[in-house]
Amino acid sequence: MFKKKKGLLTVLLLAMLSVLVLSACGSKDSSGDQSKESGKNALEAIKEKDKIVFGVKNDTRLFGLKDPKTGNIEGFDIDIAKEIAKIILGDESKAEFKEVTSKTRIPLLQKGDIDAIVATMTITEERKKEVDFSDVYFEAGQALLVKKGSPIKSIDDIKKGTKVLAVKGSTSAVNIREKAPDATVLEFENYAEAFTALKAGQGDTLTTDNAILYGMVDEDPNYQVVGDIFTDEPYGIAVKKDSPELVQAINDALKELKDNGKYDELYKKWIKTSN
Amino acid sequence: MPDFSILTENWDMYIKGFFITIYTSLIGLIGSFILGTILAIFRIAPFKPFNWIGTIYIEFFRNIPLLIIAFFLFTALPTINMQLDGFQAGTLALIIYTSAFIAEAIRAGILSIPKGQTEAARSSGLTYTQTMRYIILPQAIKIVIPPLGNQFINLVKNSSILTILAAGDLMYQADLISTRTFVTFDVYIFVAIFYLVITIPLSTGVNYLEKRLARSN
Repeated sequence: MFKKKKGLLTVLLLAMLSVLVLSACGSKDSSGDQSKESGKNALEAIKEKDKIVFGVKNDTRLFGLKDPKTGNIEGFDIDIAKEIAKIILGDESKAEFKEVTSKTRIPLLQKGDIDAIVATMTITEERKKEVDFSDVYFEAGQALLVKKGSPIKSIDDIKKGTKVLAVKGSTSAVNIREKAPDATVLEFENYAEAFTALKAGQGDTLTTDNAILYGMVDEDPNYQVVGDIFTDEPYGIAVKKDSPELVQAINDALKELKDNGKYDELYKKWIKTSN
Repeated sequence: MPDFSILTENWDMYIKGFFITIYTSLIGLIGSFILGTILAIFRIAPFKPFNWIGTIYIEFFRNIPLLIIAFFLFTALPTINMQLDGFQAGTLALIIYTSAFIAEAIRAGILSIPKGQTEAARSSGLTYTQTMRYIILPQAIKIVIPPLGNQFINLVKNSSILTILAAGDLMYQADLISTRTFVTFDVYIFVAIFYLVITIPLSTGVNYLEKRLARSN
């Protein structure tokens, strides 16, 4: 009896080991398979399986935020993705969502787990080496948040002694020192603390990416985003490198959304410059 | 061997932070000593309501994190129209927090003076305040010096609380330098040295004072 059990255990262990070894090989193989398969391009592959898997954020207010009650992710990114699926495949329910982070999104795309990234992803030259980008779908950039009625209307209103709040070590803190050298920059540990300090009147304005500032406005309508963005960090939709057909299809879809007013509708739904 | 270029290239920031830390420590030291002494007297005063106030204050403030006091003063006071900037709020928090510990140290010192001395002083016609001022406190201070020294050293180190209020102390400057240069270890090594430049003379001074006062016995 005991002997038998031991034998079973060995078999089990062996099985587990072989699975491990095989899966290691498998992952190598699969990339090879896919490149062989790519006689079909990425767009055709999507049409064939009749769904698009989008990688989206689940922790970013307004863009992709998981509702803890329903378990659904909601936001601008999600709505844009649904509309794109509707145009390419004819039905928005054919959009599937996978939660990604800034770290995991590119590896997941390259592995083929997701077809496209719609996750507040800034188009950069560096990233263009790894993925293909669609046209810009959101003009992100650094902006200013002020209390309603503040005399600060744009970055030009930052005078000597104006207290600008920022987050420690962020590029926005470095940028604002360059663009408004007279400002007194106070740097806090995180966005929550910086916003609390602004609410407590410890500063005149808070600066970071507009996407984050809009989230703060959403939380407290006594504040508003003012002026134009003064850095350029456009968000794009990323797909696997060398899939021009898919990029084209997404760009066409984006253009259609902008032309038929659907884009503006979604923009207004999520992004409120002031309440 | 730490990279000294970090120190030389960011010398201005280090020095600025160094002086803000010294400044807040000095104000904190004086403020918490005065407030602490008053609280200690409250705790042992022959008037019950004073005892209660002293006890409530001490037990409350020494049992919550300094961080909470500081952030409260910084963000909550403005709602009642008392605007304290980062430096003021941080220094006040240091005083409030440290005085609770100092009060306990001083109270222990006062209680260690035999009760017979108070009784003798009172029966020779001195008032309570006079007894305290001329008989008890001069003796208590000698006993209290070593624990007070500890509290002052803690105060200097705790002054890094100003960092979260963006008040520009040593630790804050170091955070800025390290997030900008992506060097952490070396940046903080120099910060440690700057703190030592303040605390080593402080503890040496306390030791010296202790010896001087012991001789006068």
